[in-house]
Amino acid sequence: MGRLSVNLCGIELDNPVIPASGTFGYGYEFADYYDINCLGTFSFKGTTKEPHFGNPTPRIAECTNGLINSIGLQNPGVDKVISDELPKLKKCFKKPVMANVSGFAVEDFAFTCEKLDKEEQVGWLEVNVSCPNVHGGGMAFGTNAETAASVVSAVKKVTKKPVIIKLSPNVTDIVTIAKACEAAGADGISLINTLLGMRINLKTRKPVVANKMGGFSGPAIFPVAVRMVYQVANAVKVPVVGMGGVSSAEDVIEMMLAGATAVEVGAANLVDPLASKKIIEDLPKTLDKYGIDNIKDIIGGVN
Amino acid sequence: MKDVMLTVEGNKALTKDVYKMTLYGDCSDITAPGQFINIKIDGLYLRRPISVCDMNWNELTIIYKVVGKGTEALSKMVKGMEIQALTGLGNGYDMADAGDKPLLIGGGVGVPPLYNLARLLIEKKVKPTVILGFNKKDEIFYKKEFEKLGCEVRVTTVDGSEGTKGFVTDAFPEDYTYTYCCGPEPMLKAVYKTAKTSGQYSFEERMGCGFGACMGCSCKTITGYKRICKDGPVLRKEEILWED
Repeated sequence: MGRLSVNLCGIELDNPVIPASGTFGYGYEFADYYDINCLGTFSFKGTTKEPHFGNPTPRIAECTNGLINSIGLQNPGVDKVISDELPKLKKCFKKPVMANVSGFAVEDFAFTCEKLDKEEQVGWLEVNVSCPNVHGGGMAFGTNAETAASVVSAVKKVTKKPVIIKLSPNVTDIVTIAKACEAAGADGISLINTLLGMRINLKTRKPVVANKMGGFSGPAIFPVAVRMVYQVANAVKVPVVGMGGVSSAEDVIEMMLAGATAVEVGAANLVDPLASKKIIEDLPKTLDKYGIDNIKDIIGGVN
Repeated sequence: MKDVMLTVEGNKALTKDVYKMTLYGDCSDITAPGQFINIKIDGLYLRRPISVCDMNWNELTIIYKVVGKGTEALSKMVKGMEIQALTGLGNGYDMADAGDKPLLIGGGVGVPPLYNLARLLIEKKVKPTVILGFNKKDEIFYKKEFEKLGCEVRVTTVDGSEGTKGFVTDAFPEDYTYTYCCGPEPMLKAVYKTAKTSGQYSFEERMGCGFGACMGCSCKTITGYKRICKDGPVLRKEEILWED
């Protein structure tokens, strides 16, 4: 075990850096550009029971230090993910992968998780109750403590793999929701998903994205993410995976000081396909700079 | 795909708001006409995708219209400045289907990627007919450049201030073996309906990453969902599914 290693829900990661779901496809797309085995792991594209095309285009809007996306959970459905995507991934990634799952009903989550539970390469199930881009689903489950907990309970019944629940920041009290998920058996909590946002084109006076609103991510949301990770990490005993605007090795350290055991990198992968790799390469010298021997020693270390 | 630093060699206005920039640097990942580069611009988060107009070993030409903050910043760059760009993105045009009399059709800032295609076809001893469509005379660019390559060039303007009055479909020749086109979606649709042959159509969509990761630019086709940035921007006529 090196100085970068952390333990996430019983599985050892070589380093805490995890490309976030929706910014890294099913992994093999990035393997054309670098050896993705340098990653701690990565969270694959949000997968649902049925295939989904997602929302109409345009789906993307530029923002100051970030972007709005309104993809709407485009994915080929769990059966095709298992038959087509995971075999391609297996050829280029030798570590356990984090399977990101979403749904439109509690049973959908359980159905998809039960299928992915049988996949050897799946290390963790990251259950997304926080997608702001689908109606009648996604975030609807994550903005209420009871429904979020009911998803956790349903998923825990069908899998022995660690279940990490991914929470939305678009709530009044994230701590209550996190605690309800922990009580329902969640093995970990990841946060934050995107902030609900909107841009308007001044010339056309129309929203920039076709779905009007979308999820705002990128460096601009980093302080919000650090704050929420800090609040949740102080309220629960299970490990927290921090994300939201992480773009550098220093951001990783800050997120871990706030209480994160591991850190997901999202939007940064979209502007620089090598972003996650560069962050990992920068970690040792950044630890040296701040006098840190082992990265796991700083988890929750904010004074 | 390769992330490279390119040095600005020149940057000049061709019309009121269309600029031509020449860049010097590693272009080795650009392998087909119709591909694009994705340019990092200081102060903006997302890169800006711009199609390649021409490419020769280590020199690259792009032509872009100033439509927003990104292209405005590009228009102010001067010789010697550096830009960071992901190169070799998208599938590009496949020249294998051209036949001996291909028809190339460009509308507005859809014209540039056809230049590299025309030049490479002529290198293969294929002589294309080129239709360039614009709104009016003072928006026309690159007519002479296509003529210099040895193409038969037909210009259309919507207001009739030069060439054939009307749209690109009003200037179709009788005889052609294949169609290659790039331009705004209404133009692509009109060409699709008018063309007697098969063809390749280059589409535009707002992109997030430009290399297939984010699904920001997805579209439905007869052969399934495709990403304009990675599986496109060029789609074959047989697979196009018009949304409305």
